[in-house]
Amino acid sequence: MEKIWLIIKREFFTRVRKKSFLVTTLLVPLAFAAMIIVPILMATTSSQHKRIAVIDDSGLFENKFPDSKDVYFKYLRNQSVDSLKLHYEEQGYEGVLYIPQFDISRPSGFEFYSSGQASVTIESSINRDINDIIEKKRMELQGIDQSKMDDIRSNVEVTFKNGKEEKKGNSWVAYGIGYASGFIIYFILLLFGTSVMRGVMEEKVSRIAEVMISSVKPFQLMMGKIIGIAAVGLLQFFIWGVLVTAIYSLIPLFFSAESMQAATQSGAMAQGNHADQVEMVRRIRDVVGSIHWSLIVPCFVFYFLGGYLFYSSLYAAIGSLANEDASDIQQLTIPVTVPIIIGIMIMMRAVQDPGSPLAVWGSIIPFTSPMVMMARLPYGVPGTVPYWQLALSFICLIGGFMGTTWAAGRIYRTGILMYGKKITLKEALKWIGRQP
Amino acid sequence: MNLLEVKHLKKHYQTHKAVDDVSFDIQQGSIFGLLGPNGAGKTTLLRMITGIFYPDEGTILFNGKKFDPENDVHHIGYMPEERGLYKKMMVGEQTLYLARLKGLSKKDAVQKIKYWFDKFDINTWYNKRVDELSKGMQQKVQFISTILHQPRLLILDEPFSGLDPINSNLIKQEIFDLSKQGTTIIFSTHRMEQVEEICDHIMLINKGHKILDGSVKQIQQDFKQGLFKIGLGTMPNPAQMATWHFNIVETHDKAFTVKMNEDSSTNDILLHFIRQEIPVTYFEEILPSINDVFITQVQQTESQANSIAALPLT
Repeated sequence: MEKIWLIIKREFFTRVRKKSFLVTTLLVPLAFAAMIIVPILMATTSSQHKRIAVIDDSGLFENKFPDSKDVYFKYLRNQSVDSLKLHYEEQGYEGVLYIPQFDISRPSGFEFYSSGQASVTIESSINRDINDIIEKKRMELQGIDQSKMDDIRSNVEVTFKNGKEEKKGNSWVAYGIGYASGFIIYFILLLFGTSVMRGVMEEKVSRIAEVMISSVKPFQLMMGKIIGIAAVGLLQFFIWGVLVTAIYSLIPLFFSAESMQAATQSGAMAQGNHADQVEMVRRIRDVVGSIHWSLIVPCFVFYFLGGYLFYSSLYAAIGSLANEDASDIQQLTIPVTVPIIIGIMIMMRAVQDPGSPLAVWGSIIPFTSPMVMMARLPYGVPGTVPYWQLALSFICLIGGFMGTTWAAGRIYRTGILMYGKKITLKEALKWIGRQP
Repeated sequence: MNLLEVKHLKKHYQTHKAVDDVSFDIQQGSIFGLLGPNGAGKTTLLRMITGIFYPDEGTILFNGKKFDPENDVHHIGYMPEERGLYKKMMVGEQTLYLARLKGLSKKDAVQKIKYWFDKFDINTWYNKRVDELSKGMQQKVQFISTILHQPRLLILDEPFSGLDPINSNLIKQEIFDLSKQGTTIIFSTHRMEQVEEICDHIMLINKGHKILDGSVKQIQQDFKQGLFKIGLGTMPNPAQMATWHFNIVETHDKAFTVKMNEDSSTNDILLHFIRQEIPVTYFEEILPSINDVFITQVQQTESQANSIAALPLT
């Protein structure tokens, strides 16, 4: 036990002391901070008006486009489109909107000229405004009063409740959380798995393996590496968690409430609807509170560790088959990488339809369960995921990683000492049943 | 007293018998040469002695008791043929790590590292990364990390490969010193000139079988062919050389290499020259080199194997 502890410590500290560890550990929270800060800065500093020239041959749109903080419409008369569209930039316009004479029942021929990159925001808001104005005009022609129309409009919201639970079911939040955690696990499996594999390859290629094996058992060496790298990952996640929370709570101290508001609103502008956006923010807060964090977080840790142990030992076994020629390894990893990719594909289906047989079995079979179960869990236990499924999935994953570490250990201890010849997967599989 | 006793050891792979019924003893404090051509089974044998492989059959006694890899590895230092160090680790850190895996406490390990780094005058390397060192330097570090925990049994597989003559000598001297202090050493190689120089005892294996073992002197006696070199003050004419006691194998400047006939003695040869008043300046026995023994024995076992294999056809 003392030896495995020494190995874990070495694996842990050599990685943590690397510059690349420091860089990625700090970069991720910084990227997160940038995602929050940049919109705020843009909203507060970029109040540079974009002027858009409007040539309205129909006469319907004069002074009808709503000006906003960013966009300002200038209605030009007695100017021909053809000359303006060549010279609008010299006159300080961002673009030219041309509205021809048109038949109100079949409007067409609207054109917008800009230097190629009219922003998506402007494009969609112009489109929306034109349609609004035409709708209003048509209502007028039909003799429908705007206030009547507002009365007629319906905006009912169905509250989707989960029959077995008191809480509101919020499928779109469950979707988001399921998707995100499934994806994170997918990345962990691939990144940490290949990290284990590279570590094993390094030991083999640098010829330290046999020296090590004369002091420790191969299984200790393999598990020491796997656990050491897991510890690095956990530390990294922990630091990210702390830094992200810190950034999240510190940002309001540096920016005034108004600028935060402005940032939210400019975001809302982009999507169109103020009221919707505000409502959405309110609902997110509700829903985040309603999620079973006490279930999701421990399950995430379990599936993260279980899936990692399951796959990293397989990656270690593959790494032990390496030779100087690193290109062989690419082929050998395929049988390990493909199930992970299948897992992420089932996860994407499961997050939409968590009750389907594919999702259920995908969340029980240990090859895919770490990803698929995390996609289903936020939909509720025992509502969507009955207890028996969760229990079965746990047992299968524990049994699974014990099985893979055992089998991988047997391949590893032979492979790590095998030099000079190319090893096929078939050959390696035979080693599982062999006495060392 | 025997530190290691190996009895009827067998290890079979799917396609061949890597080690087939090999037995031998190694005395405490001796330097034991394990010889064999490539693929003879040396590495497999060593891996069983170091606890890396389990034998299919047979027993290993270490210090009189059944070999227990879990604990006995602390008393073994193994420098395998395929050896290396963690390239990105500091030299000092690395030796400390390897020593601690051999069961040394941190304090003990640090003290011993200091002793050996002083002795080899490599203290300045302590905080260098392994990949900053030359290959020869790395070999030195490797050697130190193999002997740091004062193993009772030191196993060196081709220890001089990649070393320049100066460092070879340094390591060779260390091997002699350790042996004098009571360390038992197994020295595996196919470089014969080193074997004669270093080993007290050798064992030759080929294709998993033991072909011969014994002390270097004994083996040379067993395989000698009655060759002598005689130095003469004046070269005799051919008529003076006619005798049934010996045949001339080779003529040198004022000397002959002769092969003595079976029923004759060395005195017969000397008397032959003395009676003819030819002055003898020196007379020495030519013993076979271990290299010659090795080659003839390996060829012999191969031809035997071939003739056995050919038997059913004839």
